Amino acid sequence: MRGLLARDVALAFRSGGGFGLGLAFFLIVVTLVPFGVGPEREVLARIAPGILWVGALLACLLSLDRIFALDHEDGSLDLLATAPVPLEGVVAIKALVHWLVTGLPLVVVAPVLGVILNLPPPAYGWLVISLLLGTPALSVIGAFGAALTVGLKRGGLLMSLLVLPLYVPTLVFGAELVSRGAAGLSVGTPLALLAGITTGSAALLPFAAALALRVNLRSPDAARCPAALPCPVQHGPPLNGPPRNGPACHGWRKLSQAVSWRRFHALVA
Amino acid sequence: MTSRSQPSSLWEYANPVRFMRLSDWLLPVVALGAVVLTAIGLIWGFFLTPDDFRQGSTVKIIFLHVPSALMAINAWIMMLVASLIWLIRRHHVSALAAKAAAPIGAVMTLIALFTGAVWGQPMWGTWWAWDPRLPSFLILFLFYLGYIALWSAIDDADTAADLTSVLCLVGSVFALLSRYAAFFWSQGLHQGASLSLQPGTRMDWAYKAPLYVAMAGFVLIFVALLLAGTRTEIRARRMKALIARERMQA
Repeated sequence: MRGLLARDVALAFRSGGGFGLGLAFFLIVVTLVPFGVGPEREVLARIAPGILWVGALLACLLSLDRIFALDHEDGSLDLLATAPVPLEGVVAIKALVHWLVTGLPLVVVAPVLGVILNLPPPAYGWLVISLLLGTPALSVIGAFGAALTVGLKRGGLLMSLLVLPLYVPTLVFGAELVSRGAAGLSVGTPLALLAGITTGSAALLPFAAALALRVNLRSPDAARCPAALPCPVQHGPPLNGPPRNGPACHGWRKLSQAVSWRRFHALVA
Repeated sequence: MTSRSQPSSLWEYANPVRFMRLSDWLLPVVALGAVVLTAIGLIWGFFLTPDDFRQGSTVKIIFLHVPSALMAINAWIMMLVASLIWLIRRHHVSALAAKAAAPIGAVMTLIALFTGAVWGQPMWGTWWAWDPRLPSFLILFLFYLGYIALWSAIDDADTAADLTSVLCLVGSVFALLSRYAAFFWSQGLHQGASLSLQPGTRMDWAYKAPLYVAMAGFVLIFVALLLAGTRTEIRARRMKALIARERMQA
């Protein structure tokens, strides 16, 4: 696991682009907004927490498809799935690497961009804390979205559609935490809820993501199985009985009791 | 399937043949009930109820708005249950029913949003407000869109069923979270919505009775469309299986 962590971090830094792109995108989004809404300092100060959070969220989204896509293309994801480490752990490590490469730099840069947006002074500490607490949730949720769409040709756009609604609670609580900090209000509730979302999704979502990955890594030829193999669907006679080949037993009619093609593949492989 | 015995449990309908046989006569009955109940509820609601003394005749949008909102949420809950059944017991009809429910739920959400806007314009003076209920419905609509998009993006039926089921489970948790986040956020920034018409609490029976009829009608509309959609999906599956069989024989 530690080796995987080191390998992924090294890959992320070496392959270039992936590391800096998110940051540059964050910078551009935050720079564009004042051009859109005008330079009034009060307006900017009011919307700064929201802009910074939405910017961080979009920057995270940008690099999500890299979590699994490259490993899926060259087949190392299959190796990882069959390796003697739990796939859930692999997913967690991948999300952690994504956070280290994308989320952590955002946290570091955000206060600087807060200056551009005229963020009120008391909010800076809360901005860093909220991003530090919230961006891991973005990475883990994103890893789930990436796991869902890893096998798809045009998965990027679909993944945005799937992941962005999932980001809503994190965004609401994170931005609210900063706004309350800026206004000098008590921040306990959004802080606790944000921490709850992060810890909860970090604890549970790797399992969902690993499940999705396993589904996506099943044999791609399985759909063509019926033509290639004698019928493995066992209805009536038990599994150890003589196989009943031929079209007659090819029942969609008994789908409910049928062993799926893939299950069968897993059994014989 | 040669035995013609009565099914002993609900799980028997996981068998597509049993399901088709049942829905064959159930569908027209439910569809007829849906048309009759919805027509009664809407006509009664629109023409035979008095105008509200404050809201005038705009109050009558409630007979479309509340039932569609009800079904928008319940359709998602039905998809959640069907996804769980698919993941646990691998019943194909269940997965296909979840697939068929998604577009219906999405349309119901759209109807609720649209009628809400039409109602809100004269009442609140705005088509749209960031009152917690509205964004949570918009987010629900986005979840429906994502779910439908994921179904249509994956070619292999079993893979699609598995992935969309996982998405449905995770999405349910996050949709619920978003809903409470929206409530929290709105109360944190603004006053709570001054206008809240909880049906059933302060409504007169003159409105309540047709509303309940319309709600029952919408439930039946959903069931009828769901049955029709599931039958279509099963037939599509069967066609695929037949084509595969033919290819194997050739």
